This record gives sequence, C-alpha cells and structure tokens, in this order.
Amino acid sequence: MTTTALHQVRRLPSWAPWAVLAGSVAVAVAVLALGGTPSVAGVGFLTAVVFAPLLTAISWQVEGSRRAKDRLATTLVTAAFVVAMVPLVTLVWTVVAGGVRAFSWEFLSTDMVGIFGQMTEGGAYHAIIGTLYVTGIASLIAIPLGIFTAIYLVEYGGGRAKRAITLLVDVMTGIPSIVAGLFAFTLFIVLFGPGYKSALIGGIALAVLMTPVVVRSVEEMLRLVPNELREAAYALGVPKWLTIVKVVLRTAIAGITTGVMIAIARVIGETAPLLITVGITNAVNYDAFDGRIATLPVYVYRQYAQGGVSEYRAWAGALTLIIIVMLLNLVARLVSRYFSPKVR
Amino acid sequence: MATAAPTPSTSGRTSVVRAGRSPGKLGNRIFAGISSGAGIIILVVLAAVALFLLYRAWPALTASREQLAEVGFMQGKGMWAYVAPLLFGTVLSSVIALTVAVPLSIGIALFISHYAPRRLAQGLGYLVDLLAAIPSVIFGLWGIQWLQPTLDPLFRWLTDRLGWIPLFADYQAPARNIMTAGLVLAIMVLPIITATIREVFLQTPRLHEEASLALGATRWEMIRQAVLPFGRSGVISAAMLGMGRALGETMAVLMVLSPGYLINFYLLKPGQHQSIAANIAAQLPEASGMGVDVLIATGLILFVLTFGVNLFARWVIARRAEFSGAN
Repeated sequence: MTTTALHQVRRLPSWAPWAVLAGSVAVAVAVLALGGTPSVAGVGFLTAVVFAPLLTAISWQVEGSRRAKDRLATTLVTAAFVVAMVPLVTLVWTVVAGGVRAFSWEFLSTDMVGIFGQMTEGGAYHAIIGTLYVTGIASLIAIPLGIFTAIYLVEYGGGRAKRAITLLVDVMTGIPSIVAGLFAFTLFIVLFGPGYKSALIGGIALAVLMTPVVVRSVEEMLRLVPNELREAAYALGVPKWLTIVKVVLRTAIAGITTGVMIAIARVIGETAPLLITVGITNAVNYDAFDGRIATLPVYVYRQYAQGGVSEYRAWAGALTLIIIVMLLNLVARLVSRYFSPKVR
Repeated sequence: MATAAPTPSTSGRTSVVRAGRSPGKLGNRIFAGISSGAGIIILVVLAAVALFLLYRAWPALTASREQLAEVGFMQGKGMWAYVAPLLFGTVLSSVIALTVAVPLSIGIALFISHYAPRRLAQGLGYLVDLLAAIPSVIFGLWGIQWLQPTLDPLFRWLTDRLGWIPLFADYQAPARNIMTAGLVLAIMVLPIITATIREVFLQTPRLHEEASLALGATRWEMIRQAVLPFGRSGVISAAMLGMGRALGETMAVLMVLSPGYLINFYLLKPGQHQSIAANIAAQLPEASGMGVDVLIATGLILFVLTFGVNLFARWVIARRAEFSGAN
C-alpha cells in the first residue's frame, strides 16, 4: 500500500466533494423523513455525520491516507465556520420574526404609562430615551478619557508606567459587566446613601466597561499614523501638542470614529449593570440625575419575564436594540472604509 | 524656517504657538499633563473598583453566623458554604463553554486565515465579530426561544441512551440546565477567542509555511507542522480570555438556567446550579442590609477570579511577544 506513493498520484475530481455532499443531504432527508417531517437542524446535523466519514473513506481509497486526512481537516474547518454562522443566522431570524409582531411607529413613540394586564398597547419610547441618556453619560466620560489615555500610551508614555497601564487596560477589558455595575452601585451608596437612583449610576458603570475598549482601538489607530508625519511637523517647528491635535489625531480621525462607535455599540446592549443600578420605570424620565430610568435592554428583560402579551413587546424591543447595534456597526465600518486616509 | 513659522493650518492659534521663547511650551505641558492624568485615572478606577467592593464586602466576610442567618436567601448557610456552589456553577458553565468554543474557534480561525478565499476572508471575519456585538439579553431570548427546543431531542436521546452516566442523567424538558447555559456562553465567547487565535495564526512566518509546502506537505500537514506549533501559546491565552468573559457573563445564564445551589455534575438536570453573576442580578434588586453586603462579597470574589484569569492570559501573550521571532 505504501507503493501508491510511487505510482502516478491519483486525485479525486474537483466536483467529487460536492457530489458527496449532495448524496449526504439526500440520505439525511430520506432517513429523517422515515420518522416524520425532517427539521432543518436535524438534516444539517445528519448531513455532517454522513458527509465527513464518507468523503474521507472515498478519498482514502482513491488518493491515500495523507490526502484523506487533508480532506477531513478541510471538512472539519469549514464545518466549524458553518456552525458558528448558525447562531448568528437563527438569532437574527428569531428576533426579526418575533419582533415584527409588535414593532411599529407607535411602539417606538409611546411609553408604558397606564399599560397593565393583557393590554397590547404601550411601547419603548421611555426606554429608548433612557438608553440614550445612560449611553450618552458613559460616552461623555469614556471617550475623552480613552482618547487621552491612548495618546499618553502612544505619544508620551514609556518604561514601566506605560507597560503597567497597557496591561491594566487589557485586564480592564475583562471586567465582568456585573462587577462594573456593583462598583457603580457601591460607589453611589457610599457617596449619596442607599436611596439614590439615577441614570448617572448606570452611566458610570458603562463608562468603566467602555473606557478600555476605546483606549485599545484608539491606541491601535494612533500607532498606524506614520512617524514621518510627526517628524515633518516637528521639522516645521510645530510644538508636540499641536502635532498631536492637528496631524496625528486628524490623520487617525476616521479610525478613531470607527473605534468609538463600536465601543458605543458594545455597551449600548449591556443589561446586567443597568438591571442592578437604574432599574426600570413605566414613564419617561428626562432628569438624568434623579430617579429610576428605563433602558432598552432592561426593558426587554423585564417585559419578557412578565410573559403573556408583554413578550411581544420584549421581542419588539429586542428588534429595536439589534437594529441600533447593527446600524452603529455598519456606519462604523463605512466610516473607516470611506474616510480613512490612504496611507502606503 | 527654523523660527516657529506656523503652518497654515495652525494660523488660528498663533498666539499660543508664540507664547514664550520655545514655542508651545505651555501647551505641551498642559497636554502632557492631561494625557498622563488620563492614564493615571485608569489606574485609580481599577483600584477604586477593588477598594469599594472590598469596603462593602468586608462586613459580610467578617460577619458571624448569627448575623448571616438574617439574610433570607442564604438559608442559614455560612458565607463560604453559600459561595462554594455558586463558584462551582460559575466555573462549570465556563468549562462547558470553553470545551465547545475553543476547538470551534481554532477551526474558524484556521478557516479565515488559511482556508477561505483571500478576498472573502476579511468579510467572514467581520461576520464572526458581529456575534460579539449582539447584546447579551438577546442571546438570552434566543437561548430560550430557539436553542432550548432545538437541543431538546438531543438531550432526550442522551438521557435515554446514556442516562446511566451521571453526567446525562435525569433530563427534563424544557432544557433549562447548565449544559444549555454553557452552550449559549460558548457562542458568546466565540468571537473573542476566534479573533485572538486568528491574529496569532496570521503571524505564522510565511517562510515556515512555504518550506513545509515545498517539501510536499498537504495543507493540513503544513498547518500541523508550521501554524499550530507557532500558535500554541496564542491558543492558550485566547482560551483564558474567553474564560474571563464566560465567568462574568450574567444575562444568558440568568435567563436560560433554572437556578439551584448544589455541587454536582448533572449537566442535563434543571435546578442544580447557579453562577455568581446571575445570582447577583437575580437577588440584588430585592436584597437589603447584610444581604447586599453578601452579594457584593460574591461580586468581589468574581472580580478577583476574572482579574487573575485575565492577568494570566495577558502574561502568556506578553511572554510570547517578547520571545517570538515574529516581532
């Protein structure tokens, strides 16, 4: 059998995997059809179980063990990617299918005052406003702090301090969101006593989560700015701080915008810290410094927990949230694609 | 030219530029101050997180049994007897998540870095990153609505055929067990693990890969000879990063798992386990007095745990960066 290496190498034709795949799907559908209507998940699972050994066996016969292993690896690696796409696709589909039942302009523009029992009216206007407030406060803190820290790391820092901050920023990205929430919660208990609730607490919690994300992405963008640009500015006698503001930041502005928007998208859906800090209300609260405030993720959670008709509102809220997050991501990518300077 | 001739774009600020003999000295000092101040604030915030949690947790950590007996949800247990099952549940769900997510992530990373057509690769990587952007509460909804019914036949089959293994015993629909929670966590940590591994795989020295292929290796043999040995430490640190995320994830566990406070390995049995994070989210809104302190103490334990795991992961990455030939 080892002599096959000496023979002319025999290869499977390039259509062979596709033929085997089609065969596997047919087998899977046929087998499952015996026991009732086949489900998509079942067919997919069974197809994979049939396809991988079958192709490997055929390849083993025709091409030898090494090619067969290669084909098996290719199959598994591709399958891993397909498996990862299953949650993404089913999740978007579930949310859209569930959300359209109650999603409407009315849902976006009314709050929950006077809604009780099995009433189907009511919406998420108050929660959207609250999410804007809380995320806005977090951004006001985290964006300047993050950008200046990144400037320090790239333009000023050196030695031990820089390494320590880099490490701690990395570690900070791993702080569990619930711990950030607990921090803000205890901070305000200690400072203002236990009765105080406001959007500010949630904003602080989210800022703790958002800052390291901003630092990392801005830092990466600043490092991409070529040193020649800085040196050219220095050679013209421009002081360092003006070089940073007018040359470095201006060159990197598209990337920074992208990073900041993705950071916002990351925290806008945070639920756990808001659940324990700002709670939920039924009415719009326009005061960021006093009183509980509803936010979209907590709204979704609470409505779902209530069950019954409220579930429809939960799904519509989830759809709203996912639209916001996806839009932020999309716009962020477009900004970086179309506004980045073309540097070689 | 040597004088501080302002560039056209700075002409609006000439007064600042020309203040003093060396131009921009004051501005430089202020700007450097603000920047390093921001860096220091980061350190202060981290220290404050630890200190405030410790400050509020201290009464609970030092409380006597009688004081703790007032806390309703602890059911008369001592502090450590209360925390142990939570810690166990937290680690168990994360281990399940990693067992699933790490092999899958290696596959995805390889697919994006070495298998997918080059022009598609970036877009496909972006699709995986999109998973990271989805809010955790929506993962929770999806876990209940889609994953639980989908897993139901599989779990039923497992408990029927392999039920004599304690791991798979006593499944009851709906699938509100630690296994489902672990699988949701696996999907949530997939993006960060994949992104880290992909970065490392892409750094594999091109010459190693080409040398392997030139000796007649198949693509898989090349990956085993060149890519995987190079990326090993990257895979370890990526797994640890994912672990840090999984340990602290709240909403998915809170929504998917039906809680219990036991230490056992019945993965398919509902009402057995609970994680620290989900427990805090579930209990804190109704807690008062000593109960709040106890929950904050569990939060502190979670913080220390994730901090250690993340520190270890970053240490592995940093060590690799220093010694690898790639940089």
